[in-house]
Order: sequence, then C-alpha cells, then structure tokens
Amino acid sequence: MLGATALLCGCNAIVLDPQGPIGIAEKTILIDSLAIMLAIVVPTIAATLAFAWWFRASNTRATYLPEFAYSGRLELIVWAIPLLTILLLGGVIWIGSHDLDPAKPLASKTPPLEIQVVSLDWKWLFIYPNQSVARVNQLVVPAGVPIHFSLTSASVMNAFFIPQLGSMIYAMNGMTTQLNLQADAPGTFLGLSSHFSGDGFSNMHFDVQAVSAERFAAWIGVTRNSGPTLDAGSYTALAKQSLNISPFTFGAVEPELFQKIVTQQLPPGPGPQASLPDLSESSLFAMAHCVAPTKFTTVNNATQRTEQ
Amino acid sequence: MLGKLTWAAIPFDQPIPLFAAALVGVVIIGVLAWITFKGWLPYLWQEWITSVDHKRIGIMYILLAMVMLLRGFSDAIMMRSQQALAFHSDGYLPPEHYDQIFSAHGTLMIFFVAMPFVIGLMNFVMPLQLGVRDVAFPTLNSVSLWLTATGALLVNISLVVGEFARTGWLPFPPLSEITYSPGVGVDYYLWSLQISGVGTVLTGVNFVTTVLKIHAPGMTYMRMPIFCWTTLAANLMIVAAFPILTATLAMLLLDRYLGFHFFTNDGGGNVMMFMNLIWAWGHPEVYILILPAFGVFSEVVSTLSGKPLFGYRSMVMATMAICILSFTVWLHHFFTMGAGADVNAIFGITSAIIAVPTGVKVFNWLFTMYGGRIVYSTPILWSIGFMVTFVIGGVTGVLLAVPPADFVLHESLFQVAHFHNVIIGGVLFGAFAGYTFWFPKAFGFRLHEGLGKAAFWCWIIGFYVAFMPLYVVGLMGMTRRMQHYDVAAWRPWLLIAAGGAAIILAGIILQVAQLAVSIRRREELRDLTGDPWNGRSLEWATPSPPPAFNFAVLPRVEGRDAYWAIKQRARQQGKLSEAPGYTDIEMPRNSPTGFICAFFATFMGFALVWHIWWLVALAAFGAYATFVVFAWRDRVEYIIPADVVARIDRANRSARSEALAHMEATP
Amino acid sequence: MSAFEAAAGRGNFDRIGHDRESWDRRYPPQEAVGGLLSKRIIVGYGFWIFLLSDIIMFSAFFATYAVLVGATAGGPSGRELFNLHNVGIETACLLLSSFTCGLASIGARMNRGSLFYGAMAATCILGAAFLFIEVHEFVGMVAQGAGPTRSAFLSAFFALVGCHGLHVTAGLLWLLTMMAQVFAKGYRADILRRVLCFGLFWHTLDIIWVAIFTVVYLMGAGQ
Repeated sequence: MLGATALLCGCNAIVLDPQGPIGIAEKTILIDSLAIMLAIVVPTIAATLAFAWWFRASNTRATYLPEFAYSGRLELIVWAIPLLTILLLGGVIWIGSHDLDPAKPLASKTPPLEIQVVSLDWKWLFIYPNQSVARVNQLVVPAGVPIHFSLTSASVMNAFFIPQLGSMIYAMNGMTTQLNLQADAPGTFLGLSSHFSGDGFSNMHFDVQAVSAERFAAWIGVTRNSGPTLDAGSYTALAKQSLNISPFTFGAVEPELFQKIVTQQLPPGPGPQASLPDLSESSLFAMAHCVAPTKFTTVNNATQRTEQ
Repeated sequence: MLGKLTWAAIPFDQPIPLFAAALVGVVIIGVLAWITFKGWLPYLWQEWITSVDHKRIGIMYILLAMVMLLRGFSDAIMMRSQQALAFHSDGYLPPEHYDQIFSAHGTLMIFFVAMPFVIGLMNFVMPLQLGVRDVAFPTLNSVSLWLTATGALLVNISLVVGEFARTGWLPFPPLSEITYSPGVGVDYYLWSLQISGVGTVLTGVNFVTTVLKIHAPGMTYMRMPIFCWTTLAANLMIVAAFPILTATLAMLLLDRYLGFHFFTNDGGGNVMMFMNLIWAWGHPEVYILILPAFGVFSEVVSTLSGKPLFGYRSMVMATMAICILSFTVWLHHFFTMGAGADVNAIFGITSAIIAVPTGVKVFNWLFTMYGGRIVYSTPILWSIGFMVTFVIGGVTGVLLAVPPADFVLHESLFQVAHFHNVIIGGVLFGAFAGYTFWFPKAFGFRLHEGLGKAAFWCWIIGFYVAFMPLYVVGLMGMTRRMQHYDVAAWRPWLLIAAGGAAIILAGIILQVAQLAVSIRRREELRDLTGDPWNGRSLEWATPSPPPAFNFAVLPRVEGRDAYWAIKQRARQQGKLSEAPGYTDIEMPRNSPTGFICAFFATFMGFALVWHIWWLVALAAFGAYATFVVFAWRDRVEYIIPADVVARIDRANRSARSEALAHMEATP
Repeated sequence: MSAFEAAAGRGNFDRIGHDRESWDRRYPPQEAVGGLLSKRIIVGYGFWIFLLSDIIMFSAFFATYAVLVGATAGGPSGRELFNLHNVGIETACLLLSSFTCGLASIGARMNRGSLFYGAMAATCILGAAFLFIEVHEFVGMVAQGAGPTRSAFLSAFFALVGCHGLHVTAGLLWLLTMMAQVFAKGYRADILRRVLCFGLFWHTLDIIWVAIFTVVYLMGAGQ
C-alpha cells in the first residue's frame, strides 16, 4: 500500500504530495485512517475469497456444517472488531477535525497574510486588502507565511481548493468562510474550484505561485498603482458571466469592497439573462450557444429582479 | 396558449440529442407497432398494465429499471468518452450539453434505475416470503408504479422537448434558482421527482403496513426471512425521508415559480438550509437503496451455501440500527461548508459508527459461507463480487467520513469512485443477484448460466478498470463534473476509465443476450419444480410462476427458513404433507386507476414545466376524477373458484412429489 | 366488545393479529388479501403511516421556518404582521371542526344520517371559515407588501401556513366527496373505512395547526 502511495506520488498524486503544513497533516490522517481500516478489511476480503473457494460444493474435503448458524463467541468478535476500529477512528476524527479546522489559525511566528477571495462566474478574484491590490485568476503568495483567506461568492456556490496545500472550503454569496493555509517553499501549484458552478465551471482553475518573501514584496510594489482600480463599477463588470479570463491585476482596490460584496451592498452577480457568456474560440461552442439558455425567458425572472 | 412551449424547444440544431431522440422514437414506435400487430395489446392491458398483482408490478418496476439503466449508462459512456477526449480540447460535448448529461445520469440512475429495481424486487418477493397473497394496498401499488414511470418519462421527454437540468443530480442553489438556471431544465427535474416521489412514499406506506401487519399464520417477526426485515427498514426510511425531499423540492419550486426566497441569494435566502434539507433526505436514500440489496445477499448466500443465515438476530439488529443511524450522518456530505470543528467531528463520528452494523453484516455473510456447500451459479458470483467490492467502497467511505481527509477529497473523482463503488458494488450487484436468483420464480424458466457468468465477469472487471483509476485521479486533485481539463497527468487514467466503461458495456450486452437466449430456449431451461435453488423460504413453495393467489392455502409457519422445514419434514416422512381442503379465494380486481392517474400526472408535469396553466388544471381535475371513479367501484374483488385453486395446487404438489421421489432414488 | 375496542382492533387478536383461540378455528383457509386482520385495521394502520409521513413533511417546513424566521431582509417581522385575534378565531373554528368531525364519525358508525350529514356540514362550514380567515390574512399581507416574495421569513411563513391551508382545502374536497359517497352508496364497509381515514386526516390537521399557531403566531408575536 505504501509502495502504491510512493508510486502515486511519482504519478502526480498531488494530494499525497503536499507542500504545506495543512496538507501534510491531512495526508498523515488519510494514510493512518486507511491503515487502520486495511488492517481489518484485507483479512476480511481474504477470508471471503478463501471461504468462497474452500467451501465450494465440489470440494469434498470441506466440512459441511448445515446447522452452524450461531456462535456467541463469534458474535462478540463480529461486533467488537468494527466497534473497536471505529473507536480508534473516532479519536482520529475528533482530534483531526479540531486540529485542522479551516478557520483555525496556523501556528507560526509570522503574522498571517490576509487574502480575500471572491468566486465569480467563472473566474476567481483575489484581493489583498492590506496591500490594496487584486488579481484575477492567479494567486501569488509568499512562501513560509501563513495565509488567512476570507471567502465569499459573487453568485453561486463554489469551493476554493489548492490540492497541494490542503483543505478546501465553500464560497457562498452573502456570507464569509475562513481558511488558513501555508505554502512551505516556493513553487507553482494547481488551484481550482471543486464545487460545480455552471457551464463555465471547468474554466475555474488558477495558478498558485508561492514565491520568496522578497519577491512577493517586489511583486506588490510593481503591482500597486499599475492597472485598473477594483471598485464597484469594475467589480460589477467582472461579475458578469465570462470564460477564459487571462490573469490580470487591479492596481488599486476600493476599501471595504469585500465587505460590500459579502453584505450584498454590491448585488450578487447576474445570471445568463443579463449577459451572454463570453464565447471561446471553439466553433462547437458557438454552435451550442445558438440554443443558449437565454432563449427560454421567463416572467418570473423579471419579477424577481424588481423585488430587489 | 401553450405557455412557454415553442418549436424552439426541440433541438433541431443539436445533432447529438436529435439523433438520440430520433433513435429512441424509432425504437418505441417499433415496439408499439410490433405489440399491436401481434395482437398483444388487449392482453397487456388486462394482464399487466391494469394489474394490481404484486408480482406483475414488481416485474414491471424491474423492466423500467433495466430500460433506464440503458439510458443512464449511455450517459455514462458519453461522459467517459468526453473526459477521455477533452484534454486541451473541448471534446465533442459543449458544456451545456455535458452538464445535462451528467445531471441526467445521476438522476436516472438513482431515481429511475436503483429505486425501481429494489422496489421491484421487494414487491415481487416480500409477499411470497411472508406467505400471503398480496401487499396491503394492491391498487395503491399500481399507482406507485405508474407514477414512477411518469417521472422517468418526463426526464426522457426533456431530452427532446426543452432541456434537462444542468445542476447535477441534486440541484444545489443558487445555481438551480431561476436567476442562474432560467431554462426549463430544473423544472423538468423538480416535477419529475415530485410526481415519482408521491409514488415512492405510497410504496413506503404500503410495504411497511404489509410487513408489519400481514403474515402467514405462525410467522412472527423473528421468523420472517431477513429480506423482509430489510424491506421493512428500507420502507420505514422511505416514509421518514421522502417527505423531506418533497418539502425541499417544493421550496425550490416556490422560489422558481413564485419568487419565494428560500434559497435565493437575495431576500434573506439561505443556501445552507438547502444543503441540510436535501442531504437529510439524501443520506437515508442511499441506505434505502442498499438495505434491500443486503437482504438479497442474505437470501442468496444462505440458500446457495445450503445453510441458514448466520447470526439472524444480530442481522436484524444491524438492519434496524442502520435504519435509525442513517438519519444521523447527513452533514458528512458538506464537511467543507465550514460548520466548525465540533459539528464536523460529531457527524464524522456518527458516519463512522454506521460502518459498525455494516461490518457485522459482512462478517455474518462470511460465516454463513463457512461450513457451507456453495453452488457456483450466477447469483452467488454477484454476491461474492459484492462482498469484496462493497467492502473496498466502504473503506473509502469511512475515509471520506474523516473530515480532514474529506477536506482534500470532497467533490473529487475519489468521492465519485467511492459512491460508484458502493452503489454499483452494493446496489447494482445486489439487484443483478436478485434478478438472476428470482427470475425462474417469476417466469418459470431459468436464465442461461454461461452468459450470466460472462456478464458478471465483464461487469466486475469493467467496474474495477473504470473506477480504480478515478480514485487515483481524485488523489491527483481532479474534481468532478469537468467538461474539459488541462492537466496532462490526469489523461491516462481517464483513458483507462473509458476502457472500463467499454468492458461494462460488454457486460450489459451479454445480459441482454442472456435474456434473449433464455427466452428463446425457455423450454430447455424450464423450472419444473418451482424450487431450482433448493430454497429455504416460502416463495420456493409456490409453482414457477406463482398463480395469482400465491398460495392455495396460507402456509403454517413454525420457525425460520419456513420452507426448508417443510422440505425436511417431507424428506423424513418420504412424502408431502397432507393435501389441504380448498376453498374459493377472493383476490383484488385489476384497475386502470394507476395507469390513468399517471397519464394525467404526465400531462400535469409537462404542463407545469411549460407554464401551460389550463392544461395543469385540466390534468389535475382528471387525476382527481380518476380517484373518484375508483372510489365509486362496487365490485372490488373477484373469486377464484375452489376447483381452479385445487387444480393448480395439485399440479404443484405432483411436481414436488416427483422431485422428492427423484431425490430419494438418487442418494 | 365495546365499539372502542373494536375500533382499536383489540378483542380476540394478539399484537400481530393472531387469533387467540384454537388452531383450526384460527386459520380458516379462505383468506382475502387482508390476511388475518380486518381490512379496517390494515387501512387504518396504513393511513396512520401516511399521516406520519405527512407530519415529517411539515417538520421540514417547520425546520425551515425556524431557520429563516429572522431573515426578514429589512422587511416586516411576525410581530408587526400577525393578528392574534384572527388566529384565535381560526383556532376555535378548527378545534370545533375536529369535534364535529368526531360526531360525524359516530354518526357514520351508527348509520344515523342526520348526525352524519349534519356534523359533516358543520365541519365543512367551520373548515371553510378557517380558510376564509386565512386567505383574508394572506391577501392583506400581500397588499401591504409583506407577501412571500418580500423576504425569506415571509417565504417560510407562507409556505408553512399555506401548506397547512392547502391540506385543509384538500380535506374539504375530500369531505364533500365522502358526503356524496355516503349519499350514493350508504354506510358500506369500505366507505366507512374511508370516513375513518378522513377523520384521522382532519384531526391530524388540527394537531399541526396547534403546532403552527404556537411556533409561528404565538412565538412570532412575542418576539
């Protein structure tokens, strides 16, 4: 099993090749839980195949026990084994859930970097509130520094996930979720949405660049005050449905913008009614969008709009 | 006049659904034409469509399930092939289409394959095992069947007229709200499930009443076959869980149709509420599916090992424990929603606890085999395949029940592999085991063994080839429902998985062939005694197929494995027990109520989807009128005269006598 | 054996319906689908199970209401909207209608037309009065901008109370159908079974109303 794990690591099983403390702890729990269960399950499967083979009707050497339907001792073992296993696992679950609660700050001497995450249709917005910059579809973080994410969604439910760093967390409109992660060393990691959010869902992946602290500071310096400002107007434009957005930066961010999104002062993103999705190059897409969902307009949507 | 319905609803410019719809249309018309030309229509109407006989209704449920399996599986083939192709490419299915396919795949498989299959098996077998003539409410049984068929029909109509939901098999808001899904797809989904959900709840009421209140003389609860216990538990869960689904989908409907704010982003709606409600139904649902399968395995393993089930009492306790515990675990479906460490931990622990009774069952099956004489036929292959496969699936399930592990595996293909592992390895293998085991009883001839075994091997090998790579690719970070991807490392595994799907396809083809060949060779495969497996429970006491009244005289039960005891006594005495005195038997009359009600329900559902309000009112009135007409019946039963009963029973007895004599002659 | 005992299925049958007397008399060979128990017991039992499922459906609406009761989205809350006076009258109507429904059940079993039809009519009138007040309340709320589309709280309120109202409406339809059936067919055994089911249904709606006026109106007005 461990050999297989090693093989998988070589095969890019990035969940088993974590690069941060959360991911490392989670991998340990995964392997440990699996080991606990395999200890019971492997003998069980072996016994199943063994009994099925040995007690086949054509095997005259096997004893036929047609009345063997109860044994108190066996019952005790049969109930005890799963119970004990689960007891052990229960301990792992309790301790692990508390240690690795996404909202729990990481133990570190360095103060955490605050990043605010907004999932939109169908891209990611990363706001650095203390640095007053923002970037779309790419996340730049300093290595070795704990990151405290506050997440929300502009529209539908998404989930923010960097497999090599650890836990994912949902992002939902009208509320904030919390996540704490850290990249131990510089590198590039895959980031994606892991909760289906509509037609453009497959496009919701992003690069995570963990860089040294100096390079991070340099990047902030270069980024600040270059590029458009992220304010109510540019946010509303961004919230319209679109695909395949190349990473770009906002050089300035309106203060408390994230709060405005969470409290819905900036209303949730519109659905397909208000904007046709940005078509990618594919003609297949173009053909498919001839029968775009906007065809079936409904009265109710109009009603809902006026309610706001 | 026709609400939102226009010609634009038909996908004239989308080749794939158009072709598929045309193909299905041709097949349906062909089958209908064939039936009409052969003159079978009156027979079908009188004997099957209007039947209230639990055996016929059970068979029709299973037929529905198998046809829908073909549709759901073709969705699966499309998904696997799309993912095999769509590396740095859009594949051949644009997102709108792909999203409908995986949504339809899940919806069909859970609601219109797995549910009808297990309900069909319970329908057919349970009254026979209890030694009674029918379920508590036979006409209601028919209504349930046809309402389920209505739901399946609506989902399939959406392929041709309009679109299906694009939200996955559970329509999480706000994506499923009218703002983000303005089309008719989610509406098709919602009405289809609401209508068939009514049927399912009625089945629950029916079966709970039957198992608890209608038994042969002497059959106490602790003498019931274990399949009846799992039927009881599953149906108690249906009664308790499906109303939650009804309420939740109704709330979503109110949001979409009338602008309510249950789950909308604005107006104070709460999407987390939906997650809690839907999974409070959703988790018991999967146990509703698996418990009857467990029951099937108990019957098959004990009968084909030639031994009573090991640990009957603890099996009963484990079953009822699962029944109750399944309502305590629902949050494990959204550990990553951020409920906090305490809540996550508690639900993680309850989820792990439910593995205990399941583990007990596996061990009991193991010890049932121990000391047995296992006859290697198709049903036992499915059972052994299940025991290995389901256990692996259970391991990954308990793994996912550990919140920190779930934090990196939630919604990944690892999770997808897990639930297919337990649903295919558990529910579907159980369904196939039950199908092959009870087929001779239902139709009077056996299924071809060779093809059955070949089909099994294709299925199990295909399953592993299709889903083990998905575990790997889940550990590589791939999330589910991706229409295209750019990570090169994922591709080889997805190609292997597509290969696995092809192997499963071979298995399905072999099963179809098995059925065709068996029908053609039915005289060779004839089940003459009604007891082809040397059975232990009462259904094997009846002829194959059983007469409408099941038992000429309700058997007297004196212990568990009631029929085995009867046979033992007969063997010891060298003859059958005394012939009983025969009297007239009253049976419930057939009724078109179910079919007609479903007819109106179909129109009502369709009209609701397309906002054709006058048709809604008309269909609703029609459905109500159907019930009133049914209630106005004066003659509700018909009599089977004693001499007919006697004739049928004597034929059965003589076949058994011959078998007994044959057994004595050959030591 | 008293009427009550017969209704409760007691007498000569044990818990799962086995007759306590001798073996041969116990198991007469001719049995209909109902097996050993009377159809009345089986129908009543089955209907109870159905009612339990209905109560669970209401529980889902109650749970949703409890979660969303504070989500007023800046709009009115229960305190501002609920008129306890009307609620009191509604409650009196429904409770009284349960009583008259009970009288109707007795009338049916005694085959006494005057009691049956009179009590059913009274039940119908009281039920209709309940509905009238409720619809009036709903219309009033919508008119003042406090309709179900205003906020999640109001959505939950209208859904929960409206679901109950829909059940009452269906019940009234059933009531009229039962009166028609008895008129057409008399007090036949199967029709009496349906009257029994109707009675159970009506009483259950009353119980749910008690929960509604406690959780929604009394607790809402007290906030």
